[in-house]
Amino acid sequence: MEEKSLQESENEIVDEFSMFDEWLDKYEYLIELGKTLKEYPEDKKTDDRLIKGCQSRVWLDYKVEDGKIWFNADSDAIITKGIISLLIRIYSGRTAAEILSSDFSVVDRIGLKENLSPTRANGLVSMIQKIKQVAAENI
Amino acid sequence: MTAESFRKIFPALGRKVYGKDLVYFDNAATVQRPQSVLDMWNSLTVNANANIHRAVHKMAEDATEAYEQARTAVMNFINAGAREEVIFTSGVTASINLVAYSFGEKFIGEGDEIIVTEAEHHSDIVPWQMLCERKGAVLKVIPVDDTGRIEIEKIAGLCTPRTKLAAVTHVSNVLGLVNPIDEIVRIFHSKGVKVLIDGAQGVVHEKVDVRKTDCDFYAFSGHKIFAATGTGVLYGKKELLDSMPPFMGGGEMVGTVRFTGTTYAPLPLKFEAGTGNFTGAATLKPALELAAEMISDRDLNAEYAAVRDYLYDELTHFDGLHLYGTTNDMSDRIPLFSFSIDGVHHEDLALILDKMGVAVRSGQMCAEPLMDRFGVSGMLRASLLPYNTMQEAESFIAALQKAVAMLR
Repeated sequence: MEEKSLQESENEIVDEFSMFDEWLDKYEYLIELGKTLKEYPEDKKTDDRLIKGCQSRVWLDYKVEDGKIWFNADSDAIITKGIISLLIRIYSGRTAAEILSSDFSVVDRIGLKENLSPTRANGLVSMIQKIKQVAAENI
Repeated sequence: MTAESFRKIFPALGRKVYGKDLVYFDNAATVQRPQSVLDMWNSLTVNANANIHRAVHKMAEDATEAYEQARTAVMNFINAGAREEVIFTSGVTASINLVAYSFGEKFIGEGDEIIVTEAEHHSDIVPWQMLCERKGAVLKVIPVDDTGRIEIEKIAGLCTPRTKLAAVTHVSNVLGLVNPIDEIVRIFHSKGVKVLIDGAQGVVHEKVDVRKTDCDFYAFSGHKIFAATGTGVLYGKKELLDSMPPFMGGGEMVGTVRFTGTTYAPLPLKFEAGTGNFTGAATLKPALELAAEMISDRDLNAEYAAVRDYLYDELTHFDGLHLYGTTNDMSDRIPLFSFSIDGVHHEDLALILDKMGVAVRSGQMCAEPLMDRFGVSGMLRASLLPYNTMQEAESFIAALQKAVAMLR
Protein backbone atom coordinates (compact mmCIF):
# COMPACT_ATOMS: atom_id res chain seq x y z
CA MET A 1 0.00 0.00 0.00
CA GLU A 2 1.37 3.38 -0.96
CA GLU A 3 1.89 5.76 1.91
CA LYS A 4 -0.25 8.84 2.03
CA SER A 5 1.41 12.18 1.55
CA LEU A 6 1.17 14.77 4.30
CA GLN A 7 -1.37 16.77 2.30
CA GLU A 8 -3.45 13.63 1.69
CA SER A 9 -3.53 12.97 5.42
CA GLU A 10 -4.60 16.55 6.06
CA ASN A 11 -7.40 16.31 3.49
CA GLU A 12 -8.51 12.98 4.88
CA ILE A 13 -8.89 14.47 8.36
CA VAL A 14 -10.79 17.48 6.99
CA ASP A 15 -13.14 15.03 5.23
CA GLU A 16 -13.65 13.03 8.41
CA PHE A 17 -14.63 16.13 10.36
CA SER A 18 -16.92 17.43 7.63
CA MET A 19 -19.24 14.47 8.32
CA PHE A 20 -20.24 15.91 11.69
CA ASP A 21 -23.06 18.43 11.75
CA GLU A 22 -23.12 18.78 15.52
CA TRP A 23 -20.30 20.25 17.55
CA LEU A 24 -20.80 17.63 20.19
CA ASP A 25 -20.21 14.85 17.65
CA LYS A 26 -16.88 16.39 16.64
CA TYR A 27 -15.84 16.33 20.27
CA GLU A 28 -17.11 12.82 20.77
CA TYR A 29 -14.85 11.78 17.89
CA LEU A 30 -11.88 13.68 19.39
CA ILE A 31 -12.48 11.92 22.72
CA GLU A 32 -12.41 8.55 20.94
CA LEU A 33 -9.16 9.51 19.22
CA GLY A 34 -7.75 10.67 22.55
CA LYS A 35 -8.58 7.37 24.20
CA THR A 36 -6.75 5.41 21.50
CA LEU A 37 -3.62 7.57 21.44
CA LYS A 38 -0.44 5.50 21.63
CA GLU A 39 0.96 5.24 25.13
CA TYR A 40 3.55 7.82 26.10
CA PRO A 41 6.32 6.79 28.51
CA GLU A 42 5.97 8.30 32.01
CA ASP A 43 9.72 9.04 32.22
CA LYS A 44 9.43 11.31 29.19
CA LYS A 45 6.98 13.62 30.99
CA THR A 46 9.76 16.05 31.78
CA ASP A 47 9.70 19.83 31.95
CA ASP A 48 11.80 20.22 28.79
CA ARG A 49 9.14 18.28 26.86
CA LEU A 50 6.25 20.21 28.41
CA ILE A 51 4.41 22.70 26.20
CA LYS A 52 3.19 25.80 27.97
CA GLY A 53 0.03 27.73 27.26
CA CYS A 54 -2.65 25.16 27.94
CA GLN A 55 -5.04 24.76 30.85
CA SER A 56 -4.07 21.15 30.35
CA ARG A 57 -0.49 19.96 30.12
CA VAL A 58 1.04 18.64 26.89
CA TRP A 59 4.30 16.73 26.56
CA LEU A 60 5.90 16.37 23.14
CA ASP A 61 8.80 14.03 22.39
CA TYR A 62 10.43 13.20 19.06
CA LYS A 63 13.20 11.20 17.47
CA VAL A 64 14.87 11.43 14.06
CA GLU A 65 15.39 8.13 12.21
CA ASP A 66 16.43 7.61 8.59
CA GLY A 67 15.75 11.24 7.84
CA LYS A 68 12.23 11.09 9.20
CA ILE A 69 10.90 12.79 12.34
CA TRP A 70 8.72 10.70 14.65
CA PHE A 71 6.57 12.50 17.19
CA ASN A 72 5.02 11.13 20.33
CA ALA A 73 2.93 13.22 22.70
CA ASP A 74 0.57 13.08 25.63
CA SER A 75 -1.74 15.27 27.67
CA ASP A 76 -3.63 15.02 30.94
CA ALA A 77 -6.81 16.11 29.09
CA ILE A 78 -8.54 13.73 26.72
CA ILE A 79 -9.71 16.22 24.07
CA THR A 80 -6.20 17.62 23.82
CA LYS A 81 -5.02 14.04 23.36
CA GLY A 82 -7.47 13.71 20.49
CA ILE A 83 -6.02 16.77 18.79
CA ILE A 84 -2.52 15.42 19.43
CA SER A 85 -3.43 12.19 17.69
CA LEU A 86 -4.54 14.16 14.61
CA LEU A 87 -1.29 16.11 14.53
CA ILE A 88 0.74 12.92 14.91
CA ARG A 89 -1.18 11.30 12.06
CA ILE A 90 -0.31 14.23 9.83
CA TYR A 91 3.22 15.13 10.87
CA SER A 92 4.88 12.06 12.36
CA GLY A 93 7.08 9.88 10.15
CA ARG A 94 7.64 12.69 7.66
CA THR A 95 10.85 14.34 6.52
CA ALA A 96 11.58 17.84 7.79
CA ALA A 97 11.01 19.18 4.27
CA GLU A 98 7.58 17.53 4.08
CA ILE A 99 6.57 18.99 7.43
CA LEU A 100 7.67 22.45 6.39
CA SER A 101 5.70 22.13 3.16
CA SER A 102 2.49 22.13 5.21
CA ASP A 103 0.67 25.42 5.70
CA PHE A 104 -0.56 24.10 9.07
CA SER A 105 -4.09 25.26 8.25
CA VAL A 106 -5.65 21.87 9.00
CA VAL A 107 -6.73 22.88 12.50
CA ASP A 108 -8.52 25.90 11.04
CA ARG A 109 -10.04 23.81 8.29
CA ILE A 110 -11.64 21.35 10.71
CA GLY A 111 -12.95 24.36 12.63
CA LEU A 112 -11.23 23.52 15.89
CA LYS A 113 -9.12 26.58 16.44
CA GLU A 114 -11.95 29.06 16.86
CA ASN A 115 -13.97 26.61 18.88
CA LEU A 116 -11.37 25.85 21.48
CA SER A 117 -11.01 28.36 24.28
CA PRO A 118 -8.36 31.01 23.60
CA THR A 119 -5.98 29.50 26.13
CA ARG A 120 -6.47 26.13 24.53
CA ALA A 121 -5.99 27.56 21.03
CA ASN A 122 -2.74 29.06 22.24
CA GLY A 123 -1.63 25.65 23.49
CA LEU A 124 -2.45 24.22 20.11
CA VAL A 125 -0.53 27.02 18.43
CA SER A 126 2.43 26.30 20.73
CA MET A 127 2.27 22.62 19.81
CA ILE A 128 2.31 23.40 16.09
CA GLN A 129 5.12 25.92 16.62
CA LYS A 130 7.11 23.21 18.34
CA ILE A 131 6.57 20.75 15.47
CA LYS A 132 7.69 23.43 12.99
CA GLN A 133 10.70 24.25 15.12
CA VAL A 134 11.76 20.61 15.33
CA ALA A 135 11.44 20.30 11.56
CA ALA A 136 13.44 23.47 10.97
CA GLU A 137 16.21 22.20 13.25
CA ASN A 138 16.39 18.90 11.39
CA ILE A 139 16.23 20.05 7.78
CA MET B 1 -40.49 38.61 41.67
CA THR B 2 -39.61 35.26 40.08
CA ALA B 3 -36.25 34.33 38.56
CA GLU B 4 -38.04 33.93 35.25
CA SER B 5 -39.30 37.53 35.31
CA PHE B 6 -36.05 38.91 36.75
CA ARG B 7 -33.92 37.42 33.97
CA LYS B 8 -36.03 39.11 31.27
CA ILE B 9 -34.25 42.41 31.86
CA PHE B 10 -30.88 40.87 30.90
CA PRO B 11 -30.75 40.67 27.08
CA ALA B 12 -27.67 38.39 27.09
CA LEU B 13 -29.52 35.65 28.95
CA GLY B 14 -31.92 35.16 26.07
CA ARG B 15 -29.25 34.23 23.55
CA LYS B 16 -28.48 30.81 22.17
CA VAL B 17 -25.07 29.17 21.80
CA TYR B 18 -24.50 26.41 19.24
CA GLY B 19 -28.26 26.48 18.71
CA LYS B 20 -29.00 25.68 22.35
CA ASP B 21 -30.38 27.85 25.15
CA LEU B 22 -27.51 29.47 27.03
CA VAL B 23 -27.09 28.35 30.63
CA TYR B 24 -24.82 31.03 32.04
CA PHE B 25 -23.16 29.70 35.20
CA ASP B 26 -19.99 31.79 35.13
CA ASN B 27 -21.30 34.68 37.19
CA ALA B 28 -18.36 34.69 39.58
CA ALA B 29 -16.19 35.71 36.61
CA THR B 30 -18.57 38.37 35.33
CA VAL B 31 -22.30 38.94 35.53
CA GLN B 32 -24.58 39.92 32.67
CA ARG B 33 -25.84 43.47 32.39
CA PRO B 34 -29.43 44.60 32.74
CA GLN B 35 -31.16 46.83 30.21
CA SER B 36 -31.03 49.82 32.60
CA VAL B 37 -27.22 49.70 32.61
CA LEU B 38 -27.04 49.31 28.83
CA ASP B 39 -29.43 52.24 28.39
CA MET B 40 -27.43 54.46 30.70
CA TRP B 41 -24.19 53.61 28.95
CA ASN B 42 -25.70 54.36 25.54
CA SER B 43 -27.41 57.52 26.64
CA LEU B 44 -24.29 58.94 28.32
CA THR B 45 -22.14 58.01 25.33
CA VAL B 46 -24.46 59.96 23.05
CA ASN B 47 -25.43 62.84 25.30
CA ALA B 48 -22.67 63.29 27.84
CA ASN B 49 -19.36 62.12 26.46
CA ALA B 50 -17.23 64.89 27.92
CA ASN B 51 -14.44 64.85 30.44
CA ILE B 52 -15.67 65.12 33.99
CA HIS B 53 -14.80 67.75 36.61
CA ARG B 54 -13.01 69.97 34.12
CA ALA B 55 -14.96 71.90 31.53
CA VAL B 56 -17.91 74.14 32.32
CA HIS B 57 -19.98 73.24 29.26
CA LYS B 58 -23.27 71.38 29.41
CA MET B 59 -22.07 67.96 28.28
CA ALA B 60 -19.24 67.95 30.81
CA GLU B 61 -21.65 69.04 33.51
CA ASP B 62 -24.03 66.16 32.71
CA ALA B 63 -21.16 63.65 32.65
CA THR B 64 -19.87 64.90 36.00
CA GLU B 65 -23.35 64.79 37.46
CA ALA B 66 -23.84 61.16 36.39
CA TYR B 67 -20.43 60.18 37.76
CA GLU B 68 -20.98 61.86 41.12
CA GLN B 69 -24.50 60.46 41.42
CA ALA B 70 -22.97 57.03 41.10
CA ARG B 71 -20.63 57.86 43.98
CA THR B 72 -23.62 58.71 46.13
CA ALA B 73 -25.29 55.47 45.03
CA VAL B 74 -22.21 53.49 46.11
CA MET B 75 -22.08 55.32 49.44
CA ASN B 76 -25.70 54.42 50.11
CA PHE B 77 -25.35 50.86 48.90
CA ILE B 78 -22.46 49.97 51.22
CA ASN B 79 -23.53 52.45 53.92
CA ALA B 80 -20.28 54.43 53.84
CA GLY B 81 -20.10 57.45 56.12
CA ALA B 82 -19.31 60.01 53.41
CA ARG B 83 -18.96 60.39 49.66
CA GLU B 84 -15.23 61.08 50.14
CA GLU B 85 -14.81 57.51 51.32
CA VAL B 86 -15.78 56.13 47.91
CA ILE B 87 -12.90 56.03 45.39
CA PHE B 88 -13.58 54.95 41.81
CA THR B 89 -11.01 52.55 40.36
CA SER B 90 -10.87 50.18 37.39
CA GLY B 91 -11.79 47.18 39.53
CA VAL B 92 -11.02 45.33 42.70
CA THR B 93 -7.47 44.53 41.54
CA ALA B 94 -6.77 48.22 41.08
CA SER B 95 -8.38 48.98 44.46
CA ILE B 96 -6.14 46.49 46.27
CA ASN B 97 -3.03 47.68 44.44
CA LEU B 98 -3.90 51.23 45.45
CA VAL B 99 -3.98 50.26 49.11
CA ALA B 100 -0.90 48.05 48.83
CA TYR B 101 1.05 50.94 47.37
CA SER B 102 -0.34 53.88 49.26
CA PHE B 103 -0.98 52.34 52.70
CA GLY B 104 2.31 50.48 52.21
CA GLU B 105 4.24 53.69 51.54
CA LYS B 106 2.91 55.28 54.67
CA PHE B 107 2.66 52.47 57.19
CA ILE B 108 4.75 49.44 56.16
CA GLY B 109 8.44 49.15 56.95
CA GLU B 110 11.07 46.43 57.18
CA GLY B 111 9.99 43.56 59.38
CA ASP B 112 6.33 44.58 59.44
CA GLU B 113 3.73 41.91 58.72
CA ILE B 114 0.73 41.58 56.43
CA ILE B 115 -1.74 38.73 56.77
CA VAL B 116 -3.84 37.13 54.03
CA THR B 117 -5.83 33.89 53.95
CA GLU B 118 -5.15 30.75 51.97
CA ALA B 119 -8.46 31.28 50.18
CA GLU B 120 -7.52 34.57 48.50
CA HIS B 121 -7.66 35.32 44.80
CA HIS B 122 -4.27 36.13 43.23
CA SER B 123 -5.36 39.79 43.18
CA ASP B 124 -5.41 39.72 46.97
CA ILE B 125 -2.05 37.95 47.25
CA VAL B 126 0.33 39.31 44.64
CA PRO B 127 0.00 43.06 45.46
CA TRP B 128 0.90 42.22 49.07
CA GLN B 129 3.84 40.07 48.00
CA MET B 130 5.07 42.95 45.86
CA LEU B 131 4.68 45.31 48.81
CA CYS B 132 6.58 42.91 51.08
CA GLU B 133 9.39 42.71 48.52
CA ARG B 134 9.60 46.50 48.26
CA LYS B 135 9.65 47.03 52.00
CA GLY B 136 11.26 43.90 53.38
CA ALA B 137 7.99 43.04 55.10
CA VAL B 138 6.63 39.56 55.82
CA LEU B 139 3.48 37.93 54.42
CA LYS B 140 1.67 35.53 56.74
CA VAL B 141 -1.17 33.18 55.81
CA ILE B 142 -4.28 32.06 57.69
CA PRO B 143 -4.93 28.46 56.60
CA VAL B 144 -8.26 26.95 55.53
CA ASP B 145 -9.38 23.58 56.87
CA ASP B 146 -10.47 20.56 54.80
CA THR B 147 -14.01 21.92 54.42
CA GLY B 148 -12.61 25.20 53.04
CA ARG B 149 -13.40 27.22 56.15
CA ILE B 150 -10.89 29.90 57.18
CA GLU B 151 -9.41 28.89 60.52
CA ILE B 152 -10.30 32.13 62.26
CA GLU B 153 -9.31 30.76 65.65
CA LYS B 154 -5.70 30.98 64.43
CA ILE B 155 -5.88 34.70 63.67
CA ALA B 156 -5.06 35.99 67.16
CA GLY B 157 -2.00 33.75 67.40
CA LEU B 158 -0.67 34.95 64.04
CA CYS B 159 -0.80 38.62 64.98
CA THR B 160 2.21 40.31 66.54
CA PRO B 161 2.88 43.97 67.33
CA ARG B 162 4.47 44.17 63.85
CA THR B 163 1.26 43.10 62.06
CA LYS B 164 -0.15 46.15 60.29
CA LEU B 165 -2.74 44.98 57.81
CA ALA B 166 -4.87 41.94 56.99
CA ALA B 167 -6.57 41.27 53.65
CA VAL B 168 -9.46 38.84 53.73
CA THR B 169 -11.99 37.86 51.11
CA HIS B 170 -15.69 38.33 51.92
CA VAL B 171 -16.58 35.22 49.87
CA SER B 172 -13.93 33.00 48.27
CA ASN B 173 -14.17 32.87 44.48
CA VAL B 174 -13.49 29.13 44.69
CA LEU B 175 -15.19 27.90 47.85
CA GLY B 176 -18.38 29.93 47.88
CA LEU B 177 -18.32 30.15 51.67
CA VAL B 178 -19.34 33.46 53.22
CA ASN B 179 -16.68 34.46 55.72
CA PRO B 180 -17.80 35.99 59.03
CA ILE B 181 -16.20 39.32 58.18
CA ASP B 182 -17.65 41.24 61.14
CA GLU B 183 -16.05 38.79 63.55
CA ILE B 184 -12.78 38.67 61.59
CA VAL B 185 -12.51 42.47 61.64
CA ARG B 186 -13.24 42.51 65.38
CA ILE B 187 -10.43 40.03 66.09
CA PHE B 188 -7.91 41.90 63.97
CA HIS B 189 -8.90 45.27 65.43
CA SER B 190 -8.41 43.91 68.93
CA LYS B 191 -4.80 43.30 67.86
CA GLY B 192 -4.47 46.76 66.34
CA VAL B 193 -4.48 45.43 62.77
CA LYS B 194 -6.27 47.25 59.94
CA VAL B 195 -8.44 45.12 57.64
CA LEU B 196 -9.16 45.20 53.92
CA ILE B 197 -12.08 43.10 52.71
CA ASP B 198 -12.01 41.83 49.13
CA GLY B 199 -15.67 42.10 48.21
CA ALA B 200 -15.38 40.89 44.60
CA GLN B 201 -17.73 37.96 45.19
CA GLY B 202 -19.45 39.10 48.35
CA VAL B 203 -20.94 42.41 47.32
CA VAL B 204 -23.52 40.94 44.93
CA HIS B 205 -24.65 38.25 47.36
CA GLU B 206 -25.48 40.00 50.58
CA LYS B 207 -26.13 43.44 51.90
CA VAL B 208 -22.79 45.04 52.67
CA ASP B 209 -22.62 47.53 55.52
CA VAL B 210 -19.07 48.79 55.89
CA ARG B 211 -19.83 50.71 59.06
CA LYS B 212 -21.41 47.72 60.77
CA THR B 213 -18.54 45.47 59.63
CA ASP B 214 -16.15 48.27 60.64
CA CYS B 215 -13.59 47.23 57.98
CA ASP B 216 -10.97 49.81 57.10
CA PHE B 217 -11.17 49.11 53.38
CA TYR B 218 -13.71 47.29 51.19
CA ALA B 219 -12.99 46.69 47.50
CA PHE B 220 -15.25 45.51 44.69
CA SER B 221 -15.59 45.46 40.90
CA GLY B 222 -18.48 46.90 38.91
CA HIS B 223 -18.65 44.07 36.38
CA LYS B 224 -19.54 41.55 39.06
CA ILE B 225 -22.53 43.59 40.19
CA PHE B 226 -24.24 44.48 36.87
CA ALA B 227 -22.20 47.63 36.02
CA ALA B 228 -19.86 48.22 33.10
CA THR B 229 -16.56 46.41 33.05
CA GLY B 230 -13.44 48.40 33.92
CA THR B 231 -15.14 49.99 36.90
CA GLY B 232 -14.56 49.41 40.56
CA VAL B 233 -14.69 50.86 44.03
CA LEU B 234 -12.37 51.28 46.93
CA TYR B 235 -14.10 52.19 50.15
CA GLY B 236 -11.77 53.43 52.87
CA LYS B 237 -12.27 55.12 56.20
CA LYS B 238 -11.82 58.84 55.68
CA GLU B 239 -9.13 59.46 58.28
CA LEU B 240 -7.09 56.57 56.89
CA LEU B 241 -7.44 57.67 53.25
CA ASP B 242 -6.56 61.22 54.29
CA SER B 243 -3.35 60.04 55.88
CA MET B 244 -2.26 58.01 52.84
CA PRO B 245 -0.18 59.49 49.98
CA PRO B 246 -1.57 59.47 46.42
CA PHE B 247 -1.02 56.33 44.38
CA MET B 248 -0.78 57.69 40.85
CA GLY B 249 0.07 61.29 39.94
CA GLY B 250 -1.59 63.12 37.09
CA GLY B 251 -4.58 65.20 36.12
CA GLU B 252 -7.49 65.70 38.52
CA MET B 253 -5.67 64.59 41.65
CA VAL B 254 -3.87 67.88 42.20
CA GLY B 255 -4.37 71.11 44.10
CA THR B 256 -1.74 73.35 42.52
CA VAL B 257 1.15 72.23 40.34
CA ARG B 258 4.44 74.15 40.29
CA PHE B 259 7.86 72.88 39.35
CA THR B 260 8.83 73.79 42.88
CA GLY B 261 6.17 71.44 44.28
CA THR B 262 2.63 70.20 43.93
CA THR B 263 -0.25 69.95 46.35
CA TYR B 264 -2.91 67.30 46.10
CA ALA B 265 -6.64 67.46 45.74
CA PRO B 266 -8.78 66.43 48.71
CA LEU B 267 -10.57 63.09 48.79
CA PRO B 268 -11.79 61.37 46.76
CA LEU B 269 -10.07 62.95 43.73
CA LYS B 270 -6.64 62.55 45.33
CA PHE B 271 -6.87 58.90 44.33
CA GLU B 272 -8.52 59.37 40.92
CA ALA B 273 -5.68 60.52 38.67
CA GLY B 274 -6.28 60.75 34.95
CA THR B 275 -9.45 60.25 32.94
CA GLY B 276 -11.06 57.09 34.21
CA ASN B 277 -13.93 55.12 32.81
CA PHE B 278 -16.40 57.82 33.83
CA THR B 279 -19.23 56.50 31.65
CA GLY B 280 -18.75 53.04 33.13
CA ALA B 281 -18.61 54.34 36.69
CA ALA B 282 -21.91 56.16 36.15
CA THR B 283 -23.58 52.82 35.37
CA LEU B 284 -22.93 51.79 38.98
CA LYS B 285 -26.04 53.76 39.91
CA PRO B 286 -28.61 51.70 37.96
CA ALA B 287 -26.53 48.58 38.66
CA LEU B 288 -26.60 49.04 42.43
CA GLU B 289 -30.26 50.02 42.42
CA LEU B 290 -31.01 46.71 40.78
CA ALA B 291 -28.68 44.80 43.12
CA ALA B 292 -30.38 46.33 46.16
CA GLU B 293 -33.77 45.32 44.80
CA MET B 294 -32.51 41.80 44.04
CA ILE B 295 -30.88 41.27 47.44
CA SER B 296 -34.00 42.36 49.32
CA ASP B 297 -36.59 40.49 47.20
CA ARG B 298 -37.95 37.67 49.37
CA ASP B 299 -39.58 35.54 46.69
CA LEU B 300 -36.57 35.77 44.43
CA ASN B 301 -34.21 34.77 47.22
CA ALA B 302 -36.39 31.87 48.32
CA GLU B 303 -36.22 30.53 44.77
CA TYR B 304 -32.48 31.20 44.67
CA ALA B 305 -31.93 29.29 47.92
CA ALA B 306 -33.92 26.36 46.55
CA VAL B 307 -31.71 26.28 43.44
CA ARG B 308 -28.60 26.46 45.63
CA ASP B 309 -29.78 23.64 47.89
CA TYR B 310 -30.76 21.49 44.91
CA LEU B 311 -27.31 21.88 43.33
CA TYR B 312 -25.48 21.32 46.61
CA ASP B 313 -27.43 18.14 47.15
CA GLU B 314 -26.94 16.89 43.57
CA LEU B 315 -23.22 17.68 43.53
CA THR B 316 -22.46 16.15 46.91
CA HIS B 317 -24.16 12.94 45.74
CA PHE B 318 -22.61 12.89 42.25
CA ASP B 319 -20.49 9.78 41.62
CA GLY B 320 -16.76 10.54 41.99
CA LEU B 321 -17.29 14.27 42.47
CA HIS B 322 -15.31 16.24 45.06
CA LEU B 323 -16.91 19.52 46.07
CA TYR B 324 -14.64 22.10 47.71
CA GLY B 325 -16.22 24.29 50.34
CA THR B 326 -18.69 22.24 52.33
CA THR B 327 -20.87 23.30 55.22
CA ASN B 328 -23.74 22.15 57.39
CA ASP B 329 -25.21 25.61 57.45
CA MET B 330 -26.38 26.56 53.97
CA SER B 331 -26.89 30.18 55.00
CA ASP B 332 -23.06 30.43 54.94
CA ARG B 333 -22.93 29.40 51.33
CA ILE B 334 -23.60 31.06 48.02
CA PRO B 335 -24.41 29.02 44.90
CA LEU B 336 -20.81 28.98 43.72
CA PHE B 337 -19.62 25.40 43.40
CA SER B 338 -16.07 24.37 42.56
CA PHE B 339 -15.39 20.70 42.14
CA SER B 340 -13.30 18.02 40.47
CA ILE B 341 -14.46 14.64 39.19
CA ASP B 342 -12.37 11.48 39.37
CA GLY B 343 -10.92 10.41 36.03
CA VAL B 344 -12.11 13.51 34.17
CA HIS B 345 -10.05 16.60 33.36
CA HIS B 346 -11.72 19.92 34.22
CA GLU B 347 -10.89 21.42 30.84
CA ASP B 348 -12.47 18.52 28.93
CA LEU B 349 -15.60 18.90 31.02
CA ALA B 350 -15.80 22.65 30.41
CA LEU B 351 -15.34 22.17 26.65
CA ILE B 352 -18.08 19.56 26.42
CA LEU B 353 -20.46 21.53 28.65
CA ASP B 354 -19.86 24.56 26.43
CA LYS B 355 -21.02 22.59 23.40
CA MET B 356 -24.19 21.79 25.35
CA GLY B 357 -24.76 25.51 25.92
CA VAL B 358 -23.51 25.56 29.52
CA ALA B 359 -20.96 28.27 30.39
CA VAL B 360 -18.80 27.42 33.39
CA ARG B 361 -15.24 28.19 34.42
CA SER B 362 -12.40 25.72 34.51
CA GLY B 363 -8.79 25.93 35.65
CA GLN B 364 -7.07 27.38 38.66
CA MET B 365 -9.52 30.26 39.09
CA CYS B 366 -6.68 32.67 39.93
CA ALA B 367 -6.22 30.85 43.23
CA GLU B 368 -3.22 28.59 42.81
CA PRO B 369 -2.43 28.34 46.54
CA LEU B 370 -5.93 26.98 47.10
CA MET B 371 -5.51 24.45 44.25
CA ASP B 372 -2.29 23.29 45.95
CA ARG B 373 -4.10 23.15 49.30
CA PHE B 374 -6.57 20.65 47.84
CA GLY B 375 -3.96 18.88 45.69
CA VAL B 376 -5.57 19.52 42.29
CA SER B 377 -4.31 21.12 39.07
CA GLY B 378 -7.62 22.83 38.53
CA MET B 379 -11.35 22.67 39.17
CA LEU B 380 -14.63 23.26 37.43
CA ARG B 381 -16.78 26.06 38.80
CA ALA B 382 -20.48 26.73 38.40
CA SER B 383 -21.53 30.08 39.85
CA LEU B 384 -25.07 31.40 39.87
CA LEU B 385 -27.06 34.55 40.47
CA PRO B 386 -30.75 34.92 41.28
CA TYR B 387 -31.47 35.24 37.54
CA ASN B 388 -30.59 31.56 37.14
CA THR B 389 -33.56 29.20 37.31
CA MET B 390 -34.23 25.74 38.71
CA GLN B 391 -34.74 24.56 35.14
CA GLU B 392 -31.21 25.70 34.27
CA ALA B 393 -29.84 23.95 37.35
CA GLU B 394 -31.52 20.72 36.25
CA SER B 395 -30.19 21.12 32.70
CA PHE B 396 -26.73 21.67 34.14
CA ILE B 397 -26.83 18.47 36.18
CA ALA B 398 -28.11 16.51 33.18
CA ALA B 399 -25.39 18.01 30.96
CA LEU B 400 -22.76 17.19 33.57
CA GLN B 401 -23.89 13.57 33.73
CA LYS B 402 -23.83 13.31 29.96
CA ALA B 403 -20.39 14.95 29.69
CA VAL B 404 -18.89 12.68 32.34
CA ALA B 405 -20.33 9.62 30.57
CA MET B 406 -18.69 10.78 27.33
CA LEU B 407 -15.33 11.42 28.95
CA ARG B 408 -14.90 8.44 31.21
